[in-house]
Amino acid sequence: MPLAKDGQLIDDPWTLVADGAVPPAEGALLVSYATWTEHRDALSRRNAPLGIRLDSDQSPALIADDLDRFDLIALDIPVFKDGRAYSYARLLRERYGYAKELRAVGNVLRDQYHFLHRCGFDTFEVATDEAADAWWEALSEISHAYQPAADARRPILALRQARTEHSAPPRPDTATVAAGWAY
Amino acid sequence: MYRYDEFDHTVVAERVLQFRGQVARRLSGDLTEDEFKPLRLMNGLYLQLHAYMLRVAIPYGMLSSRQMRKLAFVARRYDKGYGHFTTRQNIQYNWPRLDEAADILDELATVEMHAIQTSGNTIRNVTADPFAGVAADEIEDPRIYAEIIRQWSTLHPEFSFLPRKFKIAVTGAPHDRAAIKTHDIGIALKRGPDGETGFEVFVGGGQGRTPVVAKSIRGFLPKRDLLSYLEAILRVYNQLGRRDNIYKARIKILVNEIGVEKFTALVEEEWRHLRDGALALPDDEIARIKAYFASPAYLDIPGDVPEFDSKLLTDPAFGNWVGSNVTEHKVPGYAIVTVSLKPEGGIPGDATAEQMEAIADLADAFSFGELRVTKDQNLVLADIRKSDLFALWQGLRAHGLETPNAGLLTDIIACPGLDYCSLANARSIPIAQRIGTRFGDLDRLRDIGDITLNISGCINACAHHHVGNIGILGVDKKGTEFYQVTLGGSADENTTIGDIVGPAFGEDDIVDAIETIVDTYLGLRTDGETFIDTYRRVGLAPFKETLYAAR
Amino acid sequence: MTSHAVTANRLTDGQVVYLTPARTWSEKLHASQLAEAGDDANALLQSAQASVEARLVVEPYLIPVDTDATDGQTPRAVGRRETIRAAGPSVRLDLGHQAAQE
Repeated sequence: MPLAKDGQLIDDPWTLVADGAVPPAEGALLVSYATWTEHRDALSRRNAPLGIRLDSDQSPALIADDLDRFDLIALDIPVFKDGRAYSYARLLRERYGYAKELRAVGNVLRDQYHFLHRCGFDTFEVATDEAADAWWEALSEISHAYQPAADARRPILALRQARTEHSAPPRPDTATVAAGWAY
Repeated sequence: MYRYDEFDHTVVAERVLQFRGQVARRLSGDLTEDEFKPLRLMNGLYLQLHAYMLRVAIPYGMLSSRQMRKLAFVARRYDKGYGHFTTRQNIQYNWPRLDEAADILDELATVEMHAIQTSGNTIRNVTADPFAGVAADEIEDPRIYAEIIRQWSTLHPEFSFLPRKFKIAVTGAPHDRAAIKTHDIGIALKRGPDGETGFEVFVGGGQGRTPVVAKSIRGFLPKRDLLSYLEAILRVYNQLGRRDNIYKARIKILVNEIGVEKFTALVEEEWRHLRDGALALPDDEIARIKAYFASPAYLDIPGDVPEFDSKLLTDPAFGNWVGSNVTEHKVPGYAIVTVSLKPEGGIPGDATAEQMEAIADLADAFSFGELRVTKDQNLVLADIRKSDLFALWQGLRAHGLETPNAGLLTDIIACPGLDYCSLANARSIPIAQRIGTRFGDLDRLRDIGDITLNISGCINACAHHHVGNIGILGVDKKGTEFYQVTLGGSADENTTIGDIVGPAFGEDDIVDAIETIVDTYLGLRTDGETFIDTYRRVGLAPFKETLYAAR
Repeated sequence: MTSHAVTANRLTDGQVVYLTPARTWSEKLHASQLAEAGDDANALLQSAQASVEARLVVEPYLIPVDTDATDGQTPRAVGRRETIRAAGPSVRLDLGHQAAQE
C-alpha cells in the first residue's frame, strides 16, 4: 500500500516479517508483537533498523520499556471505527516520549488524517496514491483546537490566555448579559 | 448565557465548511454511502424512515430568543414548519434535504449553534439542569462547567471513534433535574471539605437494553481537575470498552465487567499522569466562562404580589396553570415557568415555527430574552416576575402553549417512534396521544398528582422509559405492536430502574392498562403520597394483581 | 407466492421511493415493479444497484407487497413499518406521501 508523509508519497524501506517466519539478518524489519517477543534477543542483536506493528488490541504499554529499540511503530486501525489507536498514539508521544516514526496502517481515510495527526501519527498507509492528495486540505479545514494533544498546535485555551496577557480580558459586561442578546 | 469568542466562531464556521465539502464529495461520488454515513452522523444528520433528520444541539438546554427565532426560521424555510424537542436537550428536524443540510448549519452558525457530535460514537451534547441559575437549592451554576465540557469535547481528536456514544450531564443542585445517574458520566456540583465547590463524579449509568444506575467513582474532584479527570475516564474507556458487540460497548458494561473498584483504579492511575498537564483549568478561564452566566438584573421587589394572588383566586384556569407549571425562584418576586409542549392529543415535544416565534417574543418581553429546553421535552422561561405571570399566561394561551400539566400524567415523554424513526419497533406518539385524551380531565389529573410517564418505541430508550414512574416500551411481535410496562422508575437523585410488570399489552389494551395502574395507585395511596411513594411502599404485586387478574 | 417491490431512500432528499418497470424511481408504491419472491425479486434488487452507483438512491431493499383487498390489484405495503414509509407519519396525515396523494 502507498505510504504518505506530509501529503507526499514516500518510499517504504521496511520489510514486514510474516508471523512464524525467522527474521532475516539484513534490512529494516517491521515485526509483529508476537515475533518481537519470540525473537527478542536475536532482533536486539541486529545492527539494522527495527520496527514493530501493534494490533488494535495491543496497548503500547506492552512495549513501553523497549521503546528505544524501535525506529518505527505502526499501529493498526483494522476498521476506521476502531479508535483505540488514537489513545495509543498519544500515550506513545506524550506519556512514553516516543519521538521516531509513528505510522497509521489499515483502514486510514482522508477524513481521519487531521485527528490522527493531532494524536501524533506522522506517516500514513493509504489505499491509493491519490488518497494522499487531500492531506493539506484535511489538515487545514479546522484551524483551531480546544484540546491539547500530541501535535504542535496551541489549544484555544492557551491562545485565549495569550490574548488576555496582551489586552484587557474580553469579559461580557453584566448589563449586556442581562439585556439578553444585543447583536 | 455564553457567547462565542472568535475561536468558537471559527471552529463552528470551519466545521460547517468541512461538512459542506463532505456532502459535495458524497453527491459527486467520491464517497460511498458507507463512507459518508459516519461523517454525516458526526454532524447529526440521520436517514430516517421518510427523509433525513437533522439533530441540532442545544447545549445544556440554553437558548436565546434570537436562537429560537432562527430555529423557527429553519423549520419554515428548510423543513415542514415544525421541530421536535428531544429528551437530550436537542431539536430535531424531520424533513431536511441532504443538499441543503450545510445551508441549515450555516444559518445556525450565525446564532452560535451547531449539530456537532449530536450523533456518532462521540461525546454527545452535554446536558444540564433546566433550572440552572434560578433554582433555590443550587450549589453552583452547572452551565459554567457544561460549557467548559462542551468546548473540551468538541472535535476531540482522541475521542471521536469511541466504542459507542457517550453522554455527560451536569447538575448544580442536590435535587437532580438532569438525570445524571442515567448518563455515561454524571457530574454533581458539591461542597468540598473546606467549603470550596468541586464535583462528585458518577460513571456508567445508561439505559438501552441494559439499564444501569451510575456509580460514584470520586467523591470530590477540585474544579481545576475537571477536564483532566474526564480525559482519564474517556481514555480508559476508549482503550478498554468493548468493540465486538454494539450492545455491550457502552461504558456501563465495562464498569460492570471489570468492577467499579478496578475501573476507578485505572482512571485514577491515568489521571495521575494528566492532572498537572495542559488540561488543568486556570481560575481565570473558569471566571471568564462564569461571567457569561451572571444573574440578570433582577429588580429588588417584594416576594408578595397582591395582584398575582388575586388573579389566582379570580381565574381558576390561571390558578391551575400556576399550580402545575410555575416553580419557586431563588429571587423574591420572580418565578420559573415551565411551558408544556404536551397539549391534549398533541405530539409530545413538537412545536410549530409560529409557537417558537411566539415563545421567543414572550422571552424577550418577560424573561431577559432567554429560555431553556428540558429533558422532559418542555420549555422553560426561567425569570418571570410574578406580576407578569398573568400576562405571560395569556400570551401562551394565544398559541396553545398554556397546557397546565407540567409534572402530571399527561406530561408524557415520548420518542418519535415508528412514525419517524428507522430504529423503532413500534409507534410511541399515538399511545401518548390516546393516554393524553383518556386523562384529559384536569381535576382527575391534579388528583393523580406528580408522576412521570415515558414511552419509547424501541429498546434504545430515547424516551427514558426505564426511569419513568410508568414506563412503556414498544415491541414488535411478528409485525404487530405490543407495549411492555415498567413501574417504579425514577430519574432524580434517587434514580431507580423500573420493574417489568409482566406480559406486554396490545395496542388496544395499553391505555386501559395505564388506567388500571393509576386506579390501583389511587386506591392504595395514603395522604400526601405521590405515585412513586406508593409504589416504593407497596411494590409491584398489587399492580400485577389488578393488571392481570382478569386475564 | 408473495410479490416484492424494491424500495430505497432518494439520496438528495431522503424521500421514500420505489423502483418502477422503467427502472426509474417513483414516490408511489403503486407505480412499482413487482417480482415474485426468489430469483425474480433478487434480480429486481440487483437491477437497483445501478441507481446506487449513479447516486440516485441509498440502500435499496426488497419489501413484500400485498394487493388491495377491494380491487385485487393495487399494491399495498405489508407490515406497520412499510405502511408508514409508504404513507407518512400516522400522526401527521398532512405530511409524507399520503399528503400528496389526496
